[in-house]
Order: sequence, then C-alpha cells, then structure tokens
Amino acid sequence: MSSIGNHLISAGQLSEKEIRSLFAAAKAFSGPASRGETVPLLQGKTVVNLFFEASTRTRSSFEVATRKLGGGLMAFATSSSSVAKGETLIDTAKNIVAMGPHCLVVRHSSAGSPEFLTRNVSIPVINAGDGFHEHPTQGLLDAYTIEEKLGSVSGKRVVIVGDIAHSRVARSNILVLRKLGARVAVCGPPTLLPPHPQALGVDFSYRLETLLPDADVVMALRIQLERQNRMQVPSVAEYSQYWGINRERAQLLKKGAIILHPGPVNRGVELDPEVADGPNSVILDQVFNGVLIRMAVLASVCNPEGLKAWLQTARS
Amino acid sequence: MAANGAILIIGGRVIDPSQKIDREMDVLLDGGKIVALDKPGAIPTSKAERTIDAKGQWVLPGLIDVHVHLREPGLEYKETIESGTKAAVAGGFTSVACMANTQPVNDNPYVTAYIREKARSSAACRVFPIGAVSKGLKGEELAEIGGMVREGAVAISDDGMPVMNSYLMRKAMDYAKAFNVPIISHAEDWNLVGQGVVNESALSNELGLRGNPAAAEEIMVAREIALCRLTRSRVHIAHISTAVALEHLRRAKHDGLPVTAEASPHHLMLNEESVRGYDTNFKMAPPLRSQEDVEALRKAVAEGLVDLIATDHAPHGTVDKAVEFDQAANGIIGLQTAVPLTYELVASGAISPARWVEALTAGPARLIGVPYGTLLVGRDADVTVFDPRAKWTFMGSDILSKSQNSPFIGHPLHGKVMATIVGGRWAYGAS
Repeated sequence: MSSIGNHLISAGQLSEKEIRSLFAAAKAFSGPASRGETVPLLQGKTVVNLFFEASTRTRSSFEVATRKLGGGLMAFATSSSSVAKGETLIDTAKNIVAMGPHCLVVRHSSAGSPEFLTRNVSIPVINAGDGFHEHPTQGLLDAYTIEEKLGSVSGKRVVIVGDIAHSRVARSNILVLRKLGARVAVCGPPTLLPPHPQALGVDFSYRLETLLPDADVVMALRIQLERQNRMQVPSVAEYSQYWGINRERAQLLKKGAIILHPGPVNRGVELDPEVADGPNSVILDQVFNGVLIRMAVLASVCNPEGLKAWLQTARS
Repeated sequence: MAANGAILIIGGRVIDPSQKIDREMDVLLDGGKIVALDKPGAIPTSKAERTIDAKGQWVLPGLIDVHVHLREPGLEYKETIESGTKAAVAGGFTSVACMANTQPVNDNPYVTAYIREKARSSAACRVFPIGAVSKGLKGEELAEIGGMVREGAVAISDDGMPVMNSYLMRKAMDYAKAFNVPIISHAEDWNLVGQGVVNESALSNELGLRGNPAAAEEIMVAREIALCRLTRSRVHIAHISTAVALEHLRRAKHDGLPVTAEASPHHLMLNEESVRGYDTNFKMAPPLRSQEDVEALRKAVAEGLVDLIATDHAPHGTVDKAVEFDQAANGIIGLQTAVPLTYELVASGAISPARWVEALTAGPARLIGVPYGTLLVGRDADVTVFDPRAKWTFMGSDILSKSQNSPFIGHPLHGKVMATIVGGRWAYGAS
C-alpha cells in the first residue's frame, strides 16, 4: 500500500502506483460494504464535511464512506453556518479544527480553496470539488468504474462530452485517465471547451458523431441550465440536439461500450431516458463505487498504517 | 562659511537623462535647490554643512511614481498618505501621483484639496492627486475635471474601473484638453474580463481559475488609441502588459499620436506561472501574463516604446487578501521594491542605466507636467542615492506601508536606495 500523503487536493498529485493502491483498497472494501459490515479504520476519528456549495451525492457519499469505516461525522453547510454572517474561510476552518476533528472534506466554489486551507490548518484536507478546478475522488471513482467494467483503462478511448471548460469532473478525470493510459477526447460546443484543449493532452472535436464509433467509454457531463449561460449555449434544446446522447447516437457506439454520468442527470438533455436507463449505462455503479473510493481515500489519509494492516489481513 | 543645511554629495556616478549626464560628478544642494553640479573635487567641501561620500553609488534625480494608491481618504486601514509616502521615500521616490479610487472618490475639487492639504501636513514626499474621469468612477457622467486640476490634480483616471462607455471616454479626452492633463487608462474590456482572475491560458484552465484574456486589454488599448487619433488628447496607458498591446502602441507612436504607457515592476519581473499555489499576492489586474509578454515588455521599456515604470502600489489588508483566490482584491504594494526589482534588468544588461533612470524620472515628470525628475541647477533638490552593489533580502519587517501584500517578502534583491532627499530635506537614509 503506498500512502497518498496528508491531503488529496488534485488528481494530478497521484502517481499511477498511488492510484492502483487506492483501487486495491476500494476493491477490498467492496465485500464488507455490500454486506453492510463496518471496517473500523476510522474508529474514534471524526471527519468534517465542510461544504460551502450545495451538494447531495458527494456529501452523502463521504458520509456513508465515513460511517462504513466506523468514523464520526460532523456536517457543516453554509446555510447553517457563520459564513452567511461574513466569517472568512480561514476563521471558519480554524474554528472547526479547534473542535478536534481528524480530517476536513472540503467543497468550495472558489478554485484553490482546499489548497489554501492546507496552509492554514494542521489536519488532512480532502478536496470534494473546488470551483472549476478539480474533483479528485470523482475522477478516481470514474476510472475505477471503467476498469471494473472493461478490465482495464489502458488504451481505451474515453470521450467526455459537455461543458469541459467549467468542469472540475472533466479535469480530474483527464488527469487520472491519462495517467492510467487512456486515450481521452473531449467534445462539446466550442464555447464550453477550454481555451487550450491540446494543453490537456487530449483530442477534441465539436462533433460527437465523429468520436462515438471509436469510443469505449462515453462520459456525459451535466449542463448547467442557469440563465447566464445563454451567452454560451443558445438553448437547452439546441444543446441536446447536437451534443446530447439520444438513442440514435447511442447506436453509433461499439458493442460493450459504457456510458457514465457524474450526476445529477438532466434527462432529455445530456442523456435520453432510454440511454440513461439502458444496458450501456453504469451510472448507478459509479455511485456505489464512489463510496468505495472515498473509503479508500479517507482511510489512506487518516489511518494509512491501519489500512495497510487491514489489507494484509483481508488478503490472507 | 558653510551654508545652513547645505548638502554636498561627492564621488558618485551622476545619471540624469534630462541633461544627458552619466559621469562622476559632485552635487551641491542648498536652500532646497540644486545649486551646483560639477566635476569631482571642483566644489569645495566648505560650501556644505554636510558632505556625503557616494563613491561607487549612483546619484539620481529624485524618482517619480505616477501610479500609487494611497487609500486616503476613507480606506486608512490599508494605507494613509503618511504611511504610503514613508514607503515611497524608502523606495527612492520623491514624488508620487495617487489614484482617485478613495472613499469618497476624488471626483471633485473638495476631495482633491483634502488630499493636497493632508499631504502638506503628513507626507514624506511630494504628492500629486489624480482626479477621476467620471463621477463616482461609475463611467456615466464626467467628473469636475477643471475644478480638480485647479486644486492640484495632474492627470485624470478611473483606474481600476475601466471606462466602458466609448462616448464618455471620447468626451473626457476632449474636455481634458482645456486643462492640459493626460487621461490615464486602465485598459481592460470589463465585459470580456468577465469574472476572469488570471491570464487566460492553458495554465488558467489547469488551475480551474477563470481566465482574463490578453484580448481584453488589447481591445481597450486599441480603443484608447482610436479615441486619441480622434481627439488628439494626451492618453497614457497604465500597466500595459501584453505583446500585442505593445504593437498597438508602437503603431500609434509611429503615427505621432500623443500616447504614452507605463510598465509595472510586477509585469516586468513575474509571469503567470507565479499563480500556481493560489497565492493571492500574485493576483492583479491586468493579470500576470506569459513569459513572451514579459520579454516583449522588457524590450519595450529598454527601447523607450514604454515611456516609464510605475508601481501601481496597491495596499490591501489581510481581510482583502487572505481569502479565496477569486474573491481576493487585485494588486500588491510596490514602492519599496520597485527600484531593486527593476534594477535586475539593468544588472543583466537588458536595459541601459540611462534608460532605466529616465523611466523613473524624466519620463514620469513629462507625463504629469512637473518640474522634477532632473538635477538641473536651480531646480528643487530632489535626489535619490542608489547603491547598485548592495545585496539584501526584502523582509516583512522592512515594510513601511500599512499593508503587507507583497509577493516579494523573502525575495533576494540587487541594489538598494541609500538616501532620498526631497526639496533639500533628508527624507530617508542613514543620517
């Protein structure tokens, strides 16, 4: 077991070996997790979910992962905090850390906030999504799901379609998938692709049809439907017409290709219902694997020695 | 008989581009004026009450910074006229021009007069107010430019708040001609900047920070030049930072338009890579650019395409800076580090000593139309003594500004200001 260090801020910080270790731990947790058994690696420890931005599944996933490891939880959301009263991020974090927790799981709308916190608090920080920057556990769980379904990530063509420019999910996925040897392509309206896609080391196209026949994996990203984005995409209908995965487009896929979506899905926009619920969709596997990956990350950050020992016992 | 308070500076290398002087000379200051400039040993020491041996050092006209934020009135927790000018003289500056984004905004004669009077009672160096272009910096109606000039304003600018309305900017340029003051433009297209906080590039994408493209600056520089062509009014581009904007400037100057520009020490010395790590002390507007832009800017200063160096000294408290990157205020303090930082370019041979001194003296003096930035006999005795051999490290404890927002704390520096004399009075240096 190679330890990932004190903090998980960026998928880019992980070596291939570290990613493999996290996958091995996630796999070992899948048995106990599906049987409802606790793996007591966080017993006596408290994990804080420090969420400055709305989240349902990531927060719940970290909560479930913490419970399955026997850890205590403290949840902190902006609606019920002093943030609304104008407290700074540093003050909020320091006050929470003064209560003696062992790990901060942070979601924030400003890129770099988790890294900023590592310089100001003394306990491990896990990035649960920062602005457009990264969402490393999502990148890990998606790659883990691909490996589980297709046997390997290496050499596979992964097409990510949607708002790539403003997506932390895309960024973390690209970093993990490339490290594991995938051939990644991004696709979407030019207004939603990053200014320099080639710098990400990925192929890109504006036309989904050109990429689908070669794809082993298609990952559709959520399109934000807020009004201000109308300067980027004229209408939801036009988006789905060109970049949505409907039944017709799904038929361009190879047999055995899989479809991922980090959720929540806008049905009829990114994915047609028949596709979201169809045989190629692995969306619900992503959700379960998310718990396993977060267990692996939490245990690796909070109790690396205990995790190492447990894995040895589990193997024998 | 030594004259009362007379100072004789001997043995130094005098560099005064306003008179094309660059050689060893002695300088005599008396009664607040420069009274003699002569070959070494020619002025008897008996003429002075005090003699300074400047062997190995550079004796320069007092430096001028036309772009500082002194924050007074209204934002005294960041800086005051007193603290900001203390930092100025420690950095070698004998004159500063302060921007209008105070609270209340310097958009009327009363605020201009307040700044002038506050400076008279508390400043360590000369302070020249810059008035607003528009009332409240809102870009809607002209501010009282005539009244502000009457009370001492030397230029007009909505710095920090680009004037987006081209019609208003055109009228401001026309109107300013009656009072012979330049318009200083913070040239960024606000709509294109959007929520951008760093230079738009592969790096901004990697860091997940919203990009502010070079085009936002280039569009505005091109607009100001187009309006200058239309009005023939004096226009000065603040903190120009992109290679393409410099080409717009080159064409305008080639066509004989009255356009000038300044470069900030941070745009000359840092590139966008500095923002890795999300340290808000590297967040500015315009943002730190690519290394190619930095190289182009250095060349432009060296050849005189960019007329002058100005700090954009922008003090901010920790409440403004110790926050999330995209919520942090723009800008850094710069008065105490500008000279040694940019001297690095002289030491490396990128910029000649005379050109560097001109960019800090005669260049800014011409812009704001003041009789300083020269060692001409008979002028007020503003002098800066600089030791190019000194090596030191800038420490937080060196900061005289009320704010600590510098990315250069702990940074090794080359060259040090040894003494700053304002109007014949000793303003900074070991006495």
